[in-house]
Amino acid sequence: MAVREAEPVGSLSEVREAGLDREDLLGIYRNLLVTRGIEERGHILYKQGKIPGSFYTGRGNEGSAVGVATAMGPNDVGTPLHRDMGVHVTRGVEPWRIFAQYMGREDGPTRGRDGNVHMADARLGMIAMVSHLPAMLPVAVGCALAFRIRQEKRVAVGWYGEGASARGDAHEAMNFAGVRQLPVVFICDNNQWAYSTPTHLGYAVEHLADRAAAYGFEGVVVDGTDVLAVYRETRTAIEKAREGGGPTLIESQTLRMEGHAVHDDAFYVPKELFEEWGKRDPVERFRTWLRENAELTDEEEDEIHGRVKKLMNDALARAEESPQPDPATLLEGVYATAEDLDTPHHK
Amino acid sequence: MPEMTYLQAISDGLRGEMRRDDRVFVIGEDVGVYGGAFKVTLGFQEEFGPWRVIDSPLAETAIVGACTGAAMMGMRPVAEMQFADFVSCAWDHLVTVAAKQRFRAGTPVPIVVRLPSGGGFSGGPFHSQNPESSFAHIPGLKCVCPATPEDAKGLLISAIEDPNPVLFFEHKHLYRRIKGEVPEGRYTVPFGKARTHREGDDVSVITWGAMVYTAGEAAKQLETEDVSVEIIDLRTVIPWDREAVLASARKTSKVLVLHEDTRTGGFGAEIAATIAEEAFEDLDGPVKRLAAPDTPVPFSPVLEKAFIPQVDDVVAGLRELAAY
Repeated sequence: MAVREAEPVGSLSEVREAGLDREDLLGIYRNLLVTRGIEERGHILYKQGKIPGSFYTGRGNEGSAVGVATAMGPNDVGTPLHRDMGVHVTRGVEPWRIFAQYMGREDGPTRGRDGNVHMADARLGMIAMVSHLPAMLPVAVGCALAFRIRQEKRVAVGWYGEGASARGDAHEAMNFAGVRQLPVVFICDNNQWAYSTPTHLGYAVEHLADRAAAYGFEGVVVDGTDVLAVYRETRTAIEKAREGGGPTLIESQTLRMEGHAVHDDAFYVPKELFEEWGKRDPVERFRTWLRENAELTDEEEDEIHGRVKKLMNDALARAEESPQPDPATLLEGVYATAEDLDTPHHK
Repeated sequence: MPEMTYLQAISDGLRGEMRRDDRVFVIGEDVGVYGGAFKVTLGFQEEFGPWRVIDSPLAETAIVGACTGAAMMGMRPVAEMQFADFVSCAWDHLVTVAAKQRFRAGTPVPIVVRLPSGGGFSGGPFHSQNPESSFAHIPGLKCVCPATPEDAKGLLISAIEDPNPVLFFEHKHLYRRIKGEVPEGRYTVPFGKARTHREGDDVSVITWGAMVYTAGEAAKQLETEDVSVEIIDLRTVIPWDREAVLASARKTSKVLVLHEDTRTGGFGAEIAATIAEEAFEDLDGPVKRLAAPDTPVPFSPVLEKAFIPQVDDVVAGLRELAAY
């Protein structure tokens, strides 16, 4: 089984075949802008000293994250990571709660117990990541195992990066998923740099998707700056998994356009690489596509940008009003109670 | 009440929960066709099928990680580590993911990891350990260490019912050696409630797991010397019954803390420190600890005997305390 390299998405009719109408396309554009908006505003908050700890963004990965999340069904679940803000946005997390999370406030999804993108809204089918990134893959596989045991037509999506691909969890998860042909799709956000470690020091195959064959399922390489191609490939993989066809590994190729975190100027990334990938910015690329293929007008664009700007302003204002967590509550919630099981996941 | 071995009681409790609740499934290495390395799940796959008694690849990380995901999706996974020692490979999933998920993300992770633990059979460094103290240090996990067949069944049912990750340490030396009456049907034994294994007035032994029986034999020997020994079986290490321990300490005023795990940083240190903090005025002697020395578990029967606390060691320790 050789790895397949996905073609870019061309025409509007091709997109319609993939299940998206024009309204969906404008929604994708909006989600891309919101994703970038949140991270740009977050950066400002950080510089203002309002975000404790560090600050991470997924600049360059917006298309991949939004593309994958758009392909997921409402009852599908996933374990997005720190470059995947677009997943949270697409699933419907309100931006003000994300800003509150950044600032460690009570209204963030983790109520100040955890920071940055270590969050998820369980009601939206998302599971909060840990810093040990590939550890989330066996968790995603376990979700798929539950669906398989109960014979539900639901799919789990597990994210990891090319850095995380080096760890044993990734292997164990994919091997188990392959053996049991579980309904799970693995998304490898290959952004070429694991902190300062380049790909040639992380793995020795040509494509990480090549490894899928070793686990008994298909591997696909897709241009992660092409939101529609990511959507199309993920949708195909998700529907295949839903129908009992087993896992797929999708390697989404991008470049991490900023440092590992805000403290890192990424001096080790060649300047030419930033220039080359800067021309393929996923947001700009999709905007151009919309103008050329879906008759996006100036008025529509202004309207969407205006709405996103207002959303950001309102969200920031609301997040700043969110209280600090109460230290008197620190000891609460280390252990779950029986009532805690009364959540959407556990029903 | 039927008499069962410790192993049969565990098997009985697990089978009953699987019959009662479709959400409960078993996953581990060789648990299906083979019935588990110790045969706890013998016949389970025939009864419940291959998707509820899942033979996994040799991959503890995948086993525990998958249990975490499945639990979040509403299942009640019961994982078997073939030997407790192998849980080291799943440390990250217990400690990094399962233990912290409720606190930081609000998501409970109701999983049980069964851990055949303990030495006494020349299992050597990798098939004999008692790693409960390592996990007792991790907020968010619970650690259960039953000593009797009745408790083993009732505590396992409580563990499956519990909305948290629970490590269930089954002492291998008790599996077939210890028999006792076990109530039929479903019952639970609450976490955090110690059991008085033996009442006494002069010295208290605080212990759990297989050491309960070592302490019992030592207490019998000391009867002839007119030393009355009280034995408190903690049953669960996290949560642990501070009140029962402190009450016994106040009653006898002399305490020996005994465990099969190694000494430094062992859970006995926590118990001894708590007694010193809370019951200092009631003590008539130092709180003594008796535990395995700080070495890996040795293979040779002679060395292993020197490693695991023996009845004679406990007798000597109690004698010393009684005379203090």
